[in-house]
Amino acid sequence: MLNRLSDTLDFQAQALSLRSERQRLIASNIANADTPGYVARDLDFAQALRQATGNLQPARALQVSQAGHLGGAIGVGGARGDGSLTYATSAQTNLDRNTVDMDRERASFADNSVKYEATLRFINGNVRTVLSAITGQ
Amino acid sequence: MGMMSIFNVSGSAASAQSQRLNVVASNLANADTVAGPDGQAFKARQVTFQTQLMGEIANDPTAAGVRVSNVSEDQTPGRRVHDPKHPGADVDGYVTYSNVNAVEEMVNMISASRSYQNNIEVMNTAKSLLLKTLQMGQG
Repeated sequence: MLNRLSDTLDFQAQALSLRSERQRLIASNIANADTPGYVARDLDFAQALRQATGNLQPARALQVSQAGHLGGAIGVGGARGDGSLTYATSAQTNLDRNTVDMDRERASFADNSVKYEATLRFINGNVRTVLSAITGQ
Repeated sequence: MGMMSIFNVSGSAASAQSQRLNVVASNLANADTVAGPDGQAFKARQVTFQTQLMGEIANDPTAAGVRVSNVSEDQTPGRRVHDPKHPGADVDGYVTYSNVNAVEEMVNMISASRSYQNNIEVMNTAKSLLLKTLQMGQG
């Protein structure tokens, strides 16, 4: 029963942790915009989230076949496989082999900030829903 | 705590960029200095940046800061001007000025200040997101 309450929250928590990881990655790219030879990285968010949640849809419980099994636990906290980290190809070549495209990085940064905040609001909304269900008002 | 190291990453970049600005300032300040008695004029300096991984986990490529790996001197010969009346002139009447290229330095300065601003803005965004994260579940 409690699974149903916490499953959506678990999913959003994974999304939030991945969003913060991507935010840090883009911050690293912006920080290294003038470093010779630096290769920009990016996170394939959809793939990373699929990996982290074990390809499960939110609010679907795991099969429990034995008494000791935990039902509905999706993913391990902040688990990210290395496969989701990709290299960004540069739009323009650079003499110092730096592939950071500042326009793209700034756009991704803004995009990721907004989606991070969206995830935060989903979590807040979920908490409010659960709280109103608990208090019964 | 994933986003906390953004302050380390962007802070290291801002500090590296400010060091670059410092070097540009000293180059520009010495743009018109002449050679001293030893015949050596001021040589333009330039910083070299290097990536420095600074995540909590070792070799984590998602937290890549910047550090200044070395400050090198430009070895091109300084500008020589024939001016026998100048107190700094050598026996042939030539004055050796520093090899600073003021135009290059101005470009370098603008680039450094833009990168500095970018990093500060990244930190501001990270700060507001973290503050909203702290209020999670209260609103």
